[in-house]
Amino acid sequence: MYEYIHNIEEHGTNPGDPLPMLDGHVSHGRFERVLRSGQFALTTEIAPPDSADPDEVLNRAKLFDGYVDAINATDGSGGNCHMSSLAVCAILTRVGYSPILQISCRDRNRISIQGDTLGAAALGVCNVLSLTGDDVGAGDHPEAKPVFDLDSVSLTKTLRMMRDKSQFLSGRKLDMPPRLFIGSTINPFVPPIENRVDQLAKKINAGAEYIQSQYCFDVPMLKDFMAKAVDSGLTEKCYILIGVGVVSSGRTASWMRENVPGIHIPDHIIKRLNDAKKPAREGRNICVELMQEIKEIPGVSGLHIMAYRQEKWVGDVVKRSGVLEGRTPWSPGESETSIGTVS
Amino acid sequence: MYSVRLWSVKHSRFMERLYNGVNPAILAILKGTTKIFGKKLDKPITAMEAGVKGFLFDCKMCGDCALSKTGMSCPMNCPKTLRNGPCGGVRANGMCEVKPEMRCVWVQAWDGASRMKGGETIKENEFAVDHRAKGTSTWLKLAREEI
Repeated sequence: MYEYIHNIEEHGTNPGDPLPMLDGHVSHGRFERVLRSGQFALTTEIAPPDSADPDEVLNRAKLFDGYVDAINATDGSGGNCHMSSLAVCAILTRVGYSPILQISCRDRNRISIQGDTLGAAALGVCNVLSLTGDDVGAGDHPEAKPVFDLDSVSLTKTLRMMRDKSQFLSGRKLDMPPRLFIGSTINPFVPPIENRVDQLAKKINAGAEYIQSQYCFDVPMLKDFMAKAVDSGLTEKCYILIGVGVVSSGRTASWMRENVPGIHIPDHIIKRLNDAKKPAREGRNICVELMQEIKEIPGVSGLHIMAYRQEKWVGDVVKRSGVLEGRTPWSPGESETSIGTVS
Repeated sequence: MYSVRLWSVKHSRFMERLYNGVNPAILAILKGTTKIFGKKLDKPITAMEAGVKGFLFDCKMCGDCALSKTGMSCPMNCPKTLRNGPCGGVRANGMCEVKPEMRCVWVQAWDGASRMKGGETIKENEFAVDHRAKGTSTWLKLAREEI
């Protein structure tokens, strides 16, 4: 039915080449194709290495082969320093992966962000995600200067201006606009709960075409949020992917709740993990159940799996959940394209 | 002052009325003053604005005042200086991610806006602040019809 998504011939001899643009699409990317064709999309996060070795990036991406439609490259998440999201994306596009460039407002001002956006598009990146970013105080360089020149709404507007009007914020024209599928984030699980749908509306008005949410461990809360979003017609204007997590123990879950900003985990989830004989397996069971439940909620277009240090289990939860309904997302397989190790 | 700032948000409807009431008079005075004295009184006027708004709202004199659109909660007190908040890091008790002892400026803003007549304006998107305006007076800009 949707053969064109998997049609490797479209890539020609080099899987890193951009796909032909389809009518009504804004990017050359596979991720946008999956969403626009109405299929349930899956994304996940790659942990950027603390290393200058490009093969490390490819090895980490390989774990997700055949399970996800796009891979988010995090941008110094939690305020911790790692390989940059732009570099991770550039390495991933060379072999044909569909990465999502995360752009946080914490570390760069508008000059740097716009420059990087052009560079990313030139390197074959088709998807960007605008985020506010965690504070520097949470990370390993708390003495750093927090930039926050833009916020995620202003950043989304900026990206749309570059793509749709082919110009910088200054008004200076671009010779070629970056053809990007532009997304942003939402956290429906923290205060002000009653205004989170308004916040979603603001992001969509700014130009977000897809949304990835923070971890969802509380389905009733999500149902309330999605019902409001559907009622306000927001899900007609934007694809919403809900974040799910794989946690390995009750202790990890408690730690995350206390120490990672913006994570809401209900007590019954922590109790279930604590009571389990094999908490790691229980954590994956919880993830599988959440995935199945969330898929059925009206307005949800896909899931974003965050499995920090549990990446090898992403395939397991995807298979067991059955949310892909037999579909196998594209992957480069045993690609001969290698960019080699710098040694 | 933090406690006064919280009071101002709590009484956002009153502050809105007050502002709408005295604003025309203040603007008329400022218009007259700037016509007669030109830029000579800019410094004391700016200092006065900083004093009044600093006391009531912990104003940071960003030069691009959005108080009437942010429930009388000054967005520049947000450690991430968001103009379209809140971020996703708000604590379950409504406190700030970065400064746990401070109520989230944007939780306050949405709360304040809910009591204001013109509160709906919080739903409009503001663009990031123009950093060149820092330290300048919004009142004078209004008087000179620059915004």
